[in-house]
Amino acid sequence: MTDRSKLGFYLLLMPLMLWLITLIILPHIGLFMVSISEKIGVREYETGLGNYAVFFNEPLYWRTFARTAFMSIFTTILTLVLGFPVAYYIAKLTRGRTKTTLFLMCLIPFWVSELVRTFGWMILLRETGVLSNFLQYTGVIGGPVEFLYNDGAIMVGLVYTSILFMIVPLVTTLDSLDDSLIEAGYDLGGSGYSIMREIVIPHATPGIVSGCIVVFMLSLGNYLTPILLGGKDSLWFTGLIYTQFITRFNWELGSAFGFLLLALSSTIVFLGLKLSRQSLTETMGR
Amino acid sequence: MKLGLASTTVLVAALSTTSLSADTLRLLTWGGYAPEDVIALFEAETGHTVEVTTSNNEEMIAKLRATNGGGFDLAQPSQDRIASAQEEFGIYKPLDMSMVDAAQFIPSMMEATAANTTYEGEVYGLPHVWGTSGLVVNTAEAGQVTDYTDLCDESVAGSVSYRLKRPTLIGFAYAMGLDPFAAYSDADAYQGILDEVEAALIECKPNVKTYWDGGDEIKNLLRSGEVVAAMAWDTGGWQLNADNADITFVAPEAGALGWIDTFVLPARGRADEAAYDWINFVMRPEIASMITNTAGNFTAAVDGDAEVSAELKARYQGSFDQAAIDNIKWYPPVPAGLEALEGATLDRINASN
Amino acid sequence: MTTPADLVCKDLTKDFDNFRAVDQVSFEVPQGSFFSILGPSGCGKTTLLRMIAGFQFPTSGDLLIKGKSMIDVGPSKRPVSMVFQHLALFPMMNIGKNVGFGLRQRGVPAAEIKTRVGRVLERVGLPGIEDRQVDQLSGGQKQRVAIARCMVLEPDVLLLDEPLGALDLKLREHMKIELKSLQAEFNTTFVYITHDQSEALVMSDNIAVMNKGRFDQIGTAKELYYEPANAFVAGFVGDANKFSGKVTGIDGQHVTITTNGGATLSAHAMNSAPTIGADAQIFVRPEAIALSKVAPPDSEKASAHIVDSVLFNGANSMVLLRDPQSGETLQVTLPQSGDLLGLGKGDTVFARWDPAQARCFATEGA
Repeated sequence: MTDRSKLGFYLLLMPLMLWLITLIILPHIGLFMVSISEKIGVREYETGLGNYAVFFNEPLYWRTFARTAFMSIFTTILTLVLGFPVAYYIAKLTRGRTKTTLFLMCLIPFWVSELVRTFGWMILLRETGVLSNFLQYTGVIGGPVEFLYNDGAIMVGLVYTSILFMIVPLVTTLDSLDDSLIEAGYDLGGSGYSIMREIVIPHATPGIVSGCIVVFMLSLGNYLTPILLGGKDSLWFTGLIYTQFITRFNWELGSAFGFLLLALSSTIVFLGLKLSRQSLTETMGR
Repeated sequence: MKLGLASTTVLVAALSTTSLSADTLRLLTWGGYAPEDVIALFEAETGHTVEVTTSNNEEMIAKLRATNGGGFDLAQPSQDRIASAQEEFGIYKPLDMSMVDAAQFIPSMMEATAANTTYEGEVYGLPHVWGTSGLVVNTAEAGQVTDYTDLCDESVAGSVSYRLKRPTLIGFAYAMGLDPFAAYSDADAYQGILDEVEAALIECKPNVKTYWDGGDEIKNLLRSGEVVAAMAWDTGGWQLNADNADITFVAPEAGALGWIDTFVLPARGRADEAAYDWINFVMRPEIASMITNTAGNFTAAVDGDAEVSAELKARYQGSFDQAAIDNIKWYPPVPAGLEALEGATLDRINASN
Repeated sequence: MTTPADLVCKDLTKDFDNFRAVDQVSFEVPQGSFFSILGPSGCGKTTLLRMIAGFQFPTSGDLLIKGKSMIDVGPSKRPVSMVFQHLALFPMMNIGKNVGFGLRQRGVPAAEIKTRVGRVLERVGLPGIEDRQVDQLSGGQKQRVAIARCMVLEPDVLLLDEPLGALDLKLREHMKIELKSLQAEFNTTFVYITHDQSEALVMSDNIAVMNKGRFDQIGTAKELYYEPANAFVAGFVGDANKFSGKVTGIDGQHVTITTNGGATLSAHAMNSAPTIGADAQIFVRPEAIALSKVAPPDSEKASAHIVDSVLFNGANSMVLLRDPQSGETLQVTLPQSGDLLGLGKGDTVFARWDPAQARCFATEGA
C-alpha cells in the first residue's frame, strides 16, 4: 500500500472510529466507572462491586431480569412463528406490484411513533375498548372484559412492534431461495412439511437468526410497551433501570443494571448463535 | 477622525448592550407553565427568546445532574426536592434577591419556600405554582371514597388506580393516622412508618386495576369509567369535572398533599438576567392568571387569581373548604437518602403477589 | 406397437390469461427411448415439461404415464423425476443427502438409502463423493449428481429441462455423449427439452420440433434434417441457406422460383407443390452445395459467386459467397482439401446443387 492510499484508508476509517469511540466505547467506559462506585454518603463514593451485589441479593431485581429475558425469548419465538408465513407469502407466493404493496402494508404501522402504536393497542384492548365491546356485541362475553394490563398485552404489543424486523430479513433470504429447489423437493416426492424442514428453513436460517437477534434485542430493550400495556406485576428490566436513574437518583445501581442487561443480551445471542450453528459474521454479513 | 472614533465606540456599546439584554432563555418546566401566548408577550416586551422543555421533578433533576447544572437557564422543580438535590449534586446556584420583584409574591409562600430551599445559608427557590394531590373520584359510582385508604375498600375493587410513587406512601401514611413528615429527620421512625404502609399497600394490591404513570393515562381511565376512584392531582380532577360533572377532585380527610413548584437557577445557566426577567414577568397578576387558566393550578402571585376563569374558581372552592385548605399537608424538604428507603419499599410492593 | 408407451400426451392444451402456451399437443414416447422437444425460447416447451412433471395443470387434454392418467396426481406422487435447468441441487445438504432426499421422503431405511445412493453414484461415475458439498463439484459432476438424484428413485420417465445450458461449450459437447450413454445405461425414458438443435440431434431417438405451442414435426434426427415438414423445421433444424421468391415453374414436385434479387433456383417441394406466381421459400443445406473453381460443363446449373469471407473452423470451415447479380449470400461448407484449399476473399467460384436435395415450401401466411 502506498503512503497516499494508506492515508485514504485511514481517512475513510475516521468517521467509523469516531462514531465507535465517542458514541459507544467512551459512554460505556463512563457507565462502567459509575457502576463500580458505591455511594457511602452525600457526595462520597468508593470503588467496589456493591451495586452488582445489590442486584443478586434483591430477588425483585433478578426475578425481573429473568422474567424480561424469558418474555423476550418467547416474544421472539412468537414473532418468528407469526412472521415466517407472512414473509414466505410475500417472498414466494406474490409477484411484482402485490409484493411491493404487501411489503408496504407491513411498514405502515412504522410511520407513526411507538407511543402512538402502543396507545392504539390500549384503545383496542382496554375494558371499554374496541375488542371488549365487539365481543359483548356479538354475545361471546356477558360483561366488559379487561384485556389490558397483563403479560399477554405486553406480548401482543412487543410482537406488533418488532414483527417488521423479523419479516424484512426473512423476505430477503426467502427471496434468494431458488423456486426450483422447492419444486425439486416436490418432484423428488417431498411433502410440504419435509420441504419446509429440509430445504426452506435451512436456507432461511441466516435470516431467521438475524431476525431473531434483532427482535430479541428490541424486546429486551423496549421500555414503552411493557410500561404502558403491562399490569401491576408486569415489571420489565428497562423499567427498573429507568427507575434507578430517574426517580431514585441512583445512577450507580442503574449503571450496574445496564451492564447486566448488556451481558444478558450478549450471552443469549451468543447461545442462540451456537444453538443454530450460525456465526455472527455470516448472519449479519448478509 | 475623532467623529468616526466616537461613532464606532457608540456602535460597539450599542451592540454589546443588545447582546447583553437579548438572550435565549432555556426553560425547564412543567407542561402548561409556559403557555404560547405568555411567551409571545414576554418575547415582544424583552426581546429575549424562550425555549421550553417540559418535564417532571425527577427528570429535571436527572437532566441537570447529567450536565452538572448546565443546558438550562431556569428550572421549576418542586420546593421539597431542591435542598437535597443541591446537597447531593450541586446543580443549582443561589438566587440574587435584588433581581427579584418580591412585592409580586404572596409573602407567606415566599417565606415558606425560602425556608425550605435554603442550603448552607443561601436561598435557592422562589414559589411559582402550587397545587395538591389527593383523590379524584367519580362521585356517582364511588361517593364513599373520602380518604386514601378508602381506595382499598371492597366496594371499589378493580376500579382503583394510583401511582407507585412516594406521594402514595405519604398519603396512605396520613390516612393510617401516621405522621410521615414529622419522621423525615428520623430514618428509623420513617422506616417504621414505611413498613406499616407497605403492608397496607400490599394488601390493597388486588383492588388496584393498574398503577398509572402519566397524567393522560389516569384521565383516560377515569373518563372511560374503568376507574372510579384514584389518587391524582387536583387539576386532573377539575379538568375531568368540566366534561363529566360526577368526577371531581376530593380533598381527602387525612389532608391533601400540597406542593409548590419553584423557580431555581441551574448552576451553569448562562442567561440569569433573562431568567429573572421571566420570573418578574410571569408573576405579574394578569400573566399569573393566564398561566393558572392553562395549567389549572393557582400561583404564588399577589392577585394572581383576579382574572382566573369563574369555572376554575368554582371547582377549586368545591374541592376545598377552609378546613380542607388548613388541612393541606405541605411537603417539607426531602432529606438526602430518604428516596432510597422509599424506593426499597416501593420495590417490595411491586414484587409482592 | 409392441411395447406400451411410457408417456402419452393427448391433445394437451394450456391456456394462460391472454395466450395459449401449449396448443393441442399429442405424442407418445416408447419405453427406454430418448425423446427431445426442440424449439425456440417461448415456444411452450417448458410449460409442456412442467405439465408432465405436475407443476402446472393442463387446461384440457390428457396425460398418461405407463397407461395411467396423471391429471389428478400431484408432482410428488408422479413416477417422473426432473433435472432442472440449473440442476436445483440443495446447497444446504451434502451430496449423499441430496441424492438420498427422495428415498428419505419414501421412508426407505437409512442403511438401504446408503447403499442405493452409493450404487447410483457409482453408476454415474462419481463413487464415494457422498460427503462433499455441492459447491465443491465441477459443472459436469453436478450434472451427473442431479441425474443420480433422480435415477435413484427409478422413475418411469426422466424429464430434463435444458440442463446443459449453463455449461461451457467443451463440457457441453462432452456431456451430450455422456447423457446419451447414461440413458442407455439406465434404460429409462428420457424427455429432454432444449433450444439447441445439435443437442437434440445428437442424443435423441425421436425429436419433436415445437413452435408457437404446437408440434410442427415429430421424427428421427435424420427425418427432421432431410425431410422437414415445413419451412420452420427446415430453418430451425440444422443450418440452411434460405431464399424467398415467386414460383415461376412447376414440374411435378420440382419447383423453380425467381428470387427477389432476380436469380432463378429450383428445389424439391416436400408437400403439395405451390401454384405458379405464389410466394415460396427454398432451403439449401450448406453441405449440399458443390463448389468448383472452374465452370462445370453444364454451366447453366452452376452460378458464379464472389467469395465474401472464409470462416476457418477446421473440418467445419465455411465460406460465405455473394451472387454478384442478385446480391444474395450463400453459406457453403468448405472442404479442406483439393484446389479449394487456397480460396481467398474476392475469388470467383461456381456453386451448384442438386435440386432434389433442396427443399421448397410455400411461404406461410402469404
